[in-house]
Amino acid sequence: MKARAARRYHRFAPVALLLGALLAVGAGYAALTGGPAAAAAPTADDIAAGSQLFRANCATCHGPSASGSRNAPSLIGVGAAAVDFQVGTGRMPMHANGPQAPAKPVQFDQQQISQLAAYVASLGAGPAVPTAEQVDAALGNPANGMALFRTNCAMCHNAVGGGGALSQGKYAPALWQTTPSHIFEAMLTGPQSMPVFSNANLSDQEKRDVIAYLVAQREGSPGGADLGSLGPVSEGLWVWVVGLGLLIGAAVWVGAKSS
Amino acid sequence: MNAADSSKDLTVRADGGQQPARFENPGVPEHRERLADADPAAAKRAERQVAALFALSTVGTIGFLLAYFLAPPGQSVASIRTSNLLLGLGLTFGLLGIGLGAVHWAKTLMSDHERIEERHPQRSSAADRAGAIAVLKEGAADSGVGVGRRGLLKGALIGAVALLPLSIAVPLIGNIGGDWNTNKFRHTVWRAGRRLARDPSGTAIKASDVTIGSVFHVIPDGLESEAHPLDEKAKAVVLLIRLDPRDLNETPEKKSWSYDGIVAYSKICTHVGCPVALYEQQTHHLLCPCHQSTFDVANGAKVIFGPARRPLPQLPITVDSEGYLVAQSDFHEPIGPSYWERLK
Repeated sequence: MKARAARRYHRFAPVALLLGALLAVGAGYAALTGGPAAAAAPTADDIAAGSQLFRANCATCHGPSASGSRNAPSLIGVGAAAVDFQVGTGRMPMHANGPQAPAKPVQFDQQQISQLAAYVASLGAGPAVPTAEQVDAALGNPANGMALFRTNCAMCHNAVGGGGALSQGKYAPALWQTTPSHIFEAMLTGPQSMPVFSNANLSDQEKRDVIAYLVAQREGSPGGADLGSLGPVSEGLWVWVVGLGLLIGAAVWVGAKSS
Repeated sequence: MNAADSSKDLTVRADGGQQPARFENPGVPEHRERLADADPAAAKRAERQVAALFALSTVGTIGFLLAYFLAPPGQSVASIRTSNLLLGLGLTFGLLGIGLGAVHWAKTLMSDHERIEERHPQRSSAADRAGAIAVLKEGAADSGVGVGRRGLLKGALIGAVALLPLSIAVPLIGNIGGDWNTNKFRHTVWRAGRRLARDPSGTAIKASDVTIGSVFHVIPDGLESEAHPLDEKAKAVVLLIRLDPRDLNETPEKKSWSYDGIVAYSKICTHVGCPVALYEQQTHHLLCPCHQSTFDVANGAKVIFGPARRPLPQLPITVDSEGYLVAQSDFHEPIGPSYWERLK
């Protein structure tokens, strides 16, 4: 009893507890959200439920028939992929009118997103949510993906997908955390400022190559800390402030009188 | 209060008006003994610290060797990073330990006697200066330059010295290019009927492939068979964009340059030639990443922000019998940054 009590108050106990709790939460989260969106054909019930959700959450801006308004585009023909991207990354419903709808915590669960997507897809033909095979990075060629990314994406999203600024408060987001499925949908539908890269421009295989390249970047930089991959600005700041500061400190110490 | 009064008021003397005629040399500050000079225990402690720093260096070097043999870079990014980190840490401690130890040793244990090194006047003695001048004058008189004799030698020497820099200047200027034909900057490889192809795959683009809001990065079809493909690509790259035809405002003379809302503009910025390719689909703005020049694609790519002075040159396009997009002609003006013979 005494030994157990002593162990319970071991100074590493809080750390171990915290790690355990984090693991449990992570495992639970993975179990709840794991797996790609079910590709099963939507039923009429799904469409009806999606219609309810749409009228409650989206119709204020996109209009009761999803044909758009002065503030928001028409959703007829944007397809399930656009809904899965915009709602699945939390960009929609938009929290405020502004130059850009930022990604934020997702407002709906995966089933509700699928229902919304089914409803919008029923309004007019549009791109569908990709299958797991279409976005499998293991099937892509990262070298070809790099050539395609450099030509088509890097000017906005940075050479390794670190993101970058656009005009008037808009920006291209970093792609470190984006799921392969959402990357695919963004290329296919061209959300917000981003242009469309339809299958006639980048084929399914080429999209998979781009995803493979981006996933390969997530291993990090072989040189260690990449300082946000922002290039000379962050690297220069580090060298000039921290590096030179240390050198000046060392010079002062060498020259100081010893006591 | 007049000026004289105020200046008198401002003259404050701490010592009651008694300034010395000449300040005394305060001399060297008093020598303070260091802790390690006075206290043997402190000296011993400093010695141990220095030894510990050198030992740290030894450990760092051994760690470096261990990392070299036990953690090779391998194939994965993670193992390369680990290898770099361990080698770097070993090298850091190996060098830092020696450096810090040496400085600490010198500062605490080595003698700290103050020595004075007097400065000497820099001016040479009068006899040395007079001697030098005499030698120079003798040489000048011997050459006869100053008094009008030996005019031929004088002229020949000046000519030789004046020509010598040519041996540096001519190769320098000659190596700039060898090709002084600026005419090639006025033309690209775009010709009537040449198909637009995707960069980098080189496959031709059909008009039906380009959906509204799409952006294609375009090179001329068959670019690889040009004599200098990269040089030609640098001039000929084009951005192909399809807008909703209702959004597109075209001048009457350029009405025929687009095809059903598809427009093609040179990707080379008219400021200093960066690739302009940040296209915002909703605003139809095209940004240059270098200096933020912004072009409005819906209005003939006119400049709406930034240092560029001219709109991007537009490539007139149409479709051929098979539905592929083709150029109607070359650009109608030189692409890229301004240069002075541009419109001659």
